[in-house]
Amino acid sequence: MADQDVIYKTEALIAEDIDAYLDQHQHKTMLRFITCGSVDDGKSTLIGRLLYDSKMIFEDQLAALEDDSKKVGTQGQEIDFALLVDGLAAEREQGITIDVAYRFFNTERRKFIVADCPGHEQYTRNMVTGASTADLAVILIDARKGVLVQTRRHSFLCHLIGIRNIVLAVNKMDLVDYSQEVFDKIVADYAGFAKEIGIESFTALPISGFKGDNITTAPSANTPWYEGPSLIDHLETVEVRSAVDRNKPFRMPVQWVNRPNLDFRGFSGLIATGSIKPGDAVRVLPSGKTSTVKSIVTFDGELDEGVAGQSLTLTFADEIDCSRGNVISVSDNPPQVADQFEATIVWMADEALHVGRSYWLKLATQTVSATVQAPKYEIDVNSLEHLAAKTLELNQIGVAEVLTDKPIVFEPYTDNRTLGGFILVDKITNATVAAGMLNFSLRRSQNVHWQPTDVTRESHAIMKNQTPRLLWFTGLSGSGKSTIANEVEKRLALMNRHTFLLDGDNVRHGLNKDLGFTEADRIENIRRVGEVAKLMVDAGLIVMTAFISPFRAERQMVRDMLPEGEFVEIFVDTPLEVAEARDVKGLYKKARSGELKNFTGIDSPYEVPEKPDIVVNTVEMSVEEAAQHIVDQLLPLK
Amino acid sequence: MSETATLTHLQRLEAEAIHIMREVVAEADKPVMLYSVGKDSAVMLHLARKAFYPSPPPFPLLHVDTTWKFKDMYALRDKMARESGMDLLVYHNEEAKERGINPFDHGPLHTDMWKTEGLKQALTKYGFDAAFGGARRDEEKSRAKERIFSFRTASHGWDPKNQRPELWNLYNAKKNKGESIRIFPISNWTELDIWQYIMAEGIEIVPLYFAAKRPTFVHDGQLLMADDIERLESVLGYRPDITERSVRFRTLGCFPLTGAVESEAATLSDVVQETLLTTTSERQGRVIDKDAGGAGMEKKKQEGYF
Repeated sequence: MADQDVIYKTEALIAEDIDAYLDQHQHKTMLRFITCGSVDDGKSTLIGRLLYDSKMIFEDQLAALEDDSKKVGTQGQEIDFALLVDGLAAEREQGITIDVAYRFFNTERRKFIVADCPGHEQYTRNMVTGASTADLAVILIDARKGVLVQTRRHSFLCHLIGIRNIVLAVNKMDLVDYSQEVFDKIVADYAGFAKEIGIESFTALPISGFKGDNITTAPSANTPWYEGPSLIDHLETVEVRSAVDRNKPFRMPVQWVNRPNLDFRGFSGLIATGSIKPGDAVRVLPSGKTSTVKSIVTFDGELDEGVAGQSLTLTFADEIDCSRGNVISVSDNPPQVADQFEATIVWMADEALHVGRSYWLKLATQTVSATVQAPKYEIDVNSLEHLAAKTLELNQIGVAEVLTDKPIVFEPYTDNRTLGGFILVDKITNATVAAGMLNFSLRRSQNVHWQPTDVTRESHAIMKNQTPRLLWFTGLSGSGKSTIANEVEKRLALMNRHTFLLDGDNVRHGLNKDLGFTEADRIENIRRVGEVAKLMVDAGLIVMTAFISPFRAERQMVRDMLPEGEFVEIFVDTPLEVAEARDVKGLYKKARSGELKNFTGIDSPYEVPEKPDIVVNTVEMSVEEAAQHIVDQLLPLK
Repeated sequence: MSETATLTHLQRLEAEAIHIMREVVAEADKPVMLYSVGKDSAVMLHLARKAFYPSPPPFPLLHVDTTWKFKDMYALRDKMARESGMDLLVYHNEEAKERGINPFDHGPLHTDMWKTEGLKQALTKYGFDAAFGGARRDEEKSRAKERIFSFRTASHGWDPKNQRPELWNLYNAKKNKGESIRIFPISNWTELDIWQYIMAEGIEIVPLYFAAKRPTFVHDGQLLMADDIERLESVLGYRPDITERSVRFRTLGCFPLTGAVESEAATLSDVVQETLLTTTSERQGRVIDKDAGGAGMEKKKQEGYF
């Protein structure tokens, strides 16, 4: 067993002078790190060892561990530390770490939080998740195997997510007779590769997690040739990120407006970067309004200074608008505001990216609608080659343009993790489907401004003496959408309403003739139709559209484009058998014979509206009855 | 920048917990804080008061009671609710009460009915969509993998295989109809951090954490405290053999389910010292983890235990 002086010293202090120990612990800093490697590299063993050596394993756990080691352990009669950290029952049975698990241990100088992540390629998303909060990464290499494809993948991911402290832990040195030659060769191999991907420096250590060499003290008797620090020494002294963040310009995303009474209005948040003092000039983004800080309010009294990493509440000298989602910044060096970006995206869901679909994008405390364009390229996480890609699937990483429906306050991820890192959320399932990092804003978003017009959408509507609406007919092919929409338009025309009908087939002859029937093309088809319809509604028209529009997400996307209440979803409810029996255009026959691919209802799904505004059942109603029902529901349109 | 301005680990943990609480209040419709009166609950309540100061925390406290807690716990609970200016909701599972479910006769069913079922009923009754809890990742292996924002199905079950990725300090609080969220702001704290923080902030905790002479008896190999001797006798059917011992508790739950440890640690620093030098893990005093072997807690959580 390795030298455990450090541990004994701590224990003695606890026993003899608890107050001195507590005082020491009170002033500890915290380091979060991630361990990368697979089971074979001895990753869990290393973490188990760190917990064991820092006395984070209790006697009862140890007894259970010894018991388990004999039953399912892989180390014969010796203690299998890996069993300590493989948590979920299913994982224990399979002998692999599937999820991210967080572990804790202390030394005299620091508290450590370890994100223990699985190493296989199918768990890329787990590793990215674990890396997102880490200050440092320990990349494990099996000394017998050297730098492998997975080493490259792990290093790339850690670098991508912005970890600048890389530790190369060459493990299982006991199995290569503690050979300096083996160690030096691995370090040289890794250095070449690290340079390629932009890793400027790293610290390499020869260790044995199993035997304990160079873990707490260095050099171990087995590696007299090693001149560097022990793993613990290095982890205790490396600079933490929050210290670096403090020297950047001040930014604090507003989480919550604190208004206990009419006399107090404060803005609560966690300082992302920089520091702030009462009297400092600040600017609120995106409005750009300025004020000065009046006070820094906390439960423990007002502060003279707030720094990166603190949660606090600011009050201003002036009454200016500021709410959740805004960012308070130093006045003379504010972050940018934009709505078009290039971003690196890690896809995390089983369902692939739908190009053009509207997702929620959450960045700091801002939540907006966003769409992702077709990826410029996908990055092969093993070879780091750029590959052509049409979409991104689970665990794939790519670079693509991201468009938001309104401007957001941001900074490039490499400058500011808080204002550059975002997640994408599926609007229907509410699952987190991707993580992304904004690289830069696209020029055109800075130059193209929305042209304000003097004749407003309200005046268009008033002139036509009507309430503009978008009547969105959705249903299977052959359900009767176009026929009913046509009938509704006739009735509205008789009532002197100004209308326009956008029909699926007709639009595909012109505006959308470049689009096919793949899922991606269908989404783009609907997006374009939505945009055109929106302009027409702005012009004061009652617009009718007749599109199968099979996906809920796209119908929701169009709904979100319009002011609340202006989008009316009309579900033309016709069972598939009925629509297929009608087969007005002979399309079902072609689809059944395989001549027509991706046909809704046959080999492509139709997602029934969950809460349609109006439903017409064409089995029970005639075309005229259905049209009249819709008109009745709409009245009064003034 | 001056050296003293370097944030300590406790300051970082505190800032993280406050950030989490504010995110929930900003994004959830109807949050609540589960309050069990233990030391972790005391820390949670303290953090909540800090997070929203000078406003009082904008949510109520919910105590899912089993009627078998220590008297000292009920006393402190009522006092803290008064001091914080928060509403205190106390919930009892009526069915458990009617059936006379108790820790001696009903074993695991006691926890299941009073706590697991009681919690589900309370959340459903009040329509809370987000509940703060004081669970920590260092407590137990399955908790080490649980997210800070942990989703529960409409029937309050947990699906460990289907957790949302949680990156940076970005939390996705969007939920489907019927779903609710359990939020664990002190996930990254260890037991030592909790004690340190209680000490540094002068947080009031139940006196049972400190050693004192107390009436005790041995039952099923555990050292228990006779907090209510009459009630014990009526349930056990005999009067237990009481011995005065100097004991304290490392965790607090129902008094017949919480084992005491013999101790002389009467001050905070004594308790921390004992904790650090101790050789058994914290939850060992609780019977709940021993059910169903190593996977006890994971199973309980899938069924809806907090």
